Amino acid sequence: MSQSVPKTKTHVPDETENDLSIGESEHKTVGDYTAKEPIFQARNVNVYYADNHAIKDVSLDVGVNQVISLIGPSGCGKSTFIRCLNRMNDTIDSARITGEILLDGEDIYSREMDVVMLRARVGIVFQKPNPFPKSIFDNVAYGPRIHGLARNRAELDDIVQSSLERAGLWSEVKDRLTDPGTGLSGGQQQRLCIARTIAVGPEVILMDEPCSALDPIATARIEDLIDELKQNFAIVIVTHSMQQAARVSQRTAYFHLGYLAEVGDTNDIFTNPQHKLTEDYITGRFG
Amino acid sequence: MNPSTVFIALIGFSFLAFFVGRRKAVARQLASSGIKPHSLPGYHGGYVALWSVIPGLLLFTLWLIIKPVFIRAQVLANLPNEISVLPEGQLSLIYNDIRNLAEGNIVSSDPTVYVEAAAQQYINLTYISDLSLAVSVLVLVLVALAWSMRRVQPEMRARNKVEWAIQALLMCASTIAIFTTIGIFLSVLFESLRFFQRVPLFDFLFGLDWSPQTAIREDQVGSSGAFGAVPLFAGTLLISSIAMLVAVPVGLMSAIYLSEYASSKMRAIAKPLLEVLAGIPTVVYGYFAALTVAPLFRGMGENIGLTVSSESALGAGVVMGIMIIPFISSLSDDVLNAVPQALREGSFGLGATHSETIRLVLLPAALPGIVGGILLAVSRAIGETMIVVMAAGLAANLTINPFEAVTTVTVQIVTLLVGDQEFDSAKTLAAFALGLLLFLTTLILNIIALRVVRRYREQYE
Repeated sequence: MSQSVPKTKTHVPDETENDLSIGESEHKTVGDYTAKEPIFQARNVNVYYADNHAIKDVSLDVGVNQVISLIGPSGCGKSTFIRCLNRMNDTIDSARITGEILLDGEDIYSREMDVVMLRARVGIVFQKPNPFPKSIFDNVAYGPRIHGLARNRAELDDIVQSSLERAGLWSEVKDRLTDPGTGLSGGQQQRLCIARTIAVGPEVILMDEPCSALDPIATARIEDLIDELKQNFAIVIVTHSMQQAARVSQRTAYFHLGYLAEVGDTNDIFTNPQHKLTEDYITGRFG
Repeated sequence: MNPSTVFIALIGFSFLAFFVGRRKAVARQLASSGIKPHSLPGYHGGYVALWSVIPGLLLFTLWLIIKPVFIRAQVLANLPNEISVLPEGQLSLIYNDIRNLAEGNIVSSDPTVYVEAAAQQYINLTYISDLSLAVSVLVLVLVALAWSMRRVQPEMRARNKVEWAIQALLMCASTIAIFTTIGIFLSVLFESLRFFQRVPLFDFLFGLDWSPQTAIREDQVGSSGAFGAVPLFAGTLLISSIAMLVAVPVGLMSAIYLSEYASSKMRAIAKPLLEVLAGIPTVVYGYFAALTVAPLFRGMGENIGLTVSSESALGAGVVMGIMIIPFISSLSDDVLNAVPQALREGSFGLGATHSETIRLVLLPAALPGIVGGILLAVSRAIGETMIVVMAAGLAANLTINPFEAVTTVTVQIVTLLVGDQEFDSAKTLAAFALGLLLFLTTLILNIIALRVVRRYREQYE
């Protein structure tokens, strides 16, 4: 079952702004792209937007109970890659994907895969907080309602409360659950979106630059939250902030012009990068 | 000199003034090469053109207003005494005769001596006033030109002054529509007040009988006239409701299909086609309703044993609904497209299907805008005339049975005013009262609709 939205309003990463062309020899990924207990296994993934080859032959695992951060200069394919993992790219008409992505050993692009169930298992938090123009309660209850996760109102209340608690928002909103979610501050809205995602009970949470629209204090709260959430979820986070990648993630993958240049333990990547491009990027020579 | 010649000369003069002003500005700039001029030469030209012609134009307009009044007073004052004591109505007739004679038109009767004398006086006065207009405008324009030319200096802020003039022009344009609306409202209001002097307001608003024939002669039978507007508004309501029952679901669903499901190719074809519906003249819908749809419904009714009038509310309402479909679908389409893509992705990202996303996120978010669009469509349906004139009946039945003939407010207004009518009978004046009530109804609906639409705009901020 596939969904197609006719419009392509979604941001399609454009051709890279910096001309950092790389030689053939640098296409091979440096480091170990596998994970010990993988939940996602992507193999030789290529993505095209019409004629634009956005992701080139990327293989990468996502392990359970850990945070992997994807870094790299703008237009390098991080967001595109993350959107392949729950098939959000289906909403873009011109997007085409080859290769294989396994979720618990199941190919998510196979015919048998129900994209609705896939997205229930793989939640996503976007760059800009996008709460629905509904009450705080209804925002969180949205997923459980459409998936029939609660048999009665009491169960629904429980799910909403626990989701908000895990997103660290409960104490701030418990007295005004009927207020519109759009009335919260930016940081609260983003935590509401995280609560909304948790409420469906996913296995993986994808985060596409979740803090880029937030101030430093709200960012710190989200980062603490990510640290707690990794006890229960696998988390893939795209970020432009290398400090953030260093703080929250256990593994880091460096994308460059659609290639996966290097992947490894976050500590190793930031202290001892093996790839020249990674080193240039983290030392701030470009990006 | 003819006034229209004066006007054309003024416009021509403004072009001349533009070039003269610009030339001087260029020359001054060259002469004073040290100073950087405040405005480009073109603005100086515009300044001279505007400031030299505007006083003349104002005088011209003033004269247009005063001249007829002035001449009339002069001519009437010189008429013989027995004439000038006549009542205002007859005096107007005589004055018309004088003017017609003076302008060489057909006159109602053989001109009397005093009419001929007055006509001669009218000709003389017109000649004098036209001549004095031409002279005074010429003088004024020349003085203004000299004054504005003297002000063309490099440091003069011509650009700001031209900007100000443009702003004033735009403001005038925008007030025209407002004053027209007020004017229409007042003219309808005054005629209605004359109607309410004859027929009590209460009888009009709450009367259940509509039969607008009034007796012309004393001994005429059975035409006392009854002016209860309730059956007309009930009929309007019935037909509009049927129209909305057709237009809202079809329009909304086609908007959802086009904005959410259709491929871009399909949209490119279907949307203009749908909008063609809006371009069909309503009189053509009228034929369609009267000649195709109404007989069709009557035939279908007969087949299942129902009596359907050949001028049923159903036929007119359905066709009116079809006419309104593009109105609703294109407004709803815009509103749905305005819902941020982020909300769609948020919903998809939680594992919602497409129709769940539309039902639970998009429609609630777009609802105020859609409701606003529907209200605008309702006020269009209520005011729609041509279809109902052709397809709905004239019988003012007070009924909610869609198979019967009903009549609407607009149909009655048309019937009351078409043909030769005396403009002081209650029958004719009733048309204005109906118009006033209709105007107020649609006005209120539009105000509500615009408020709703505005509230919707604030939603995503």
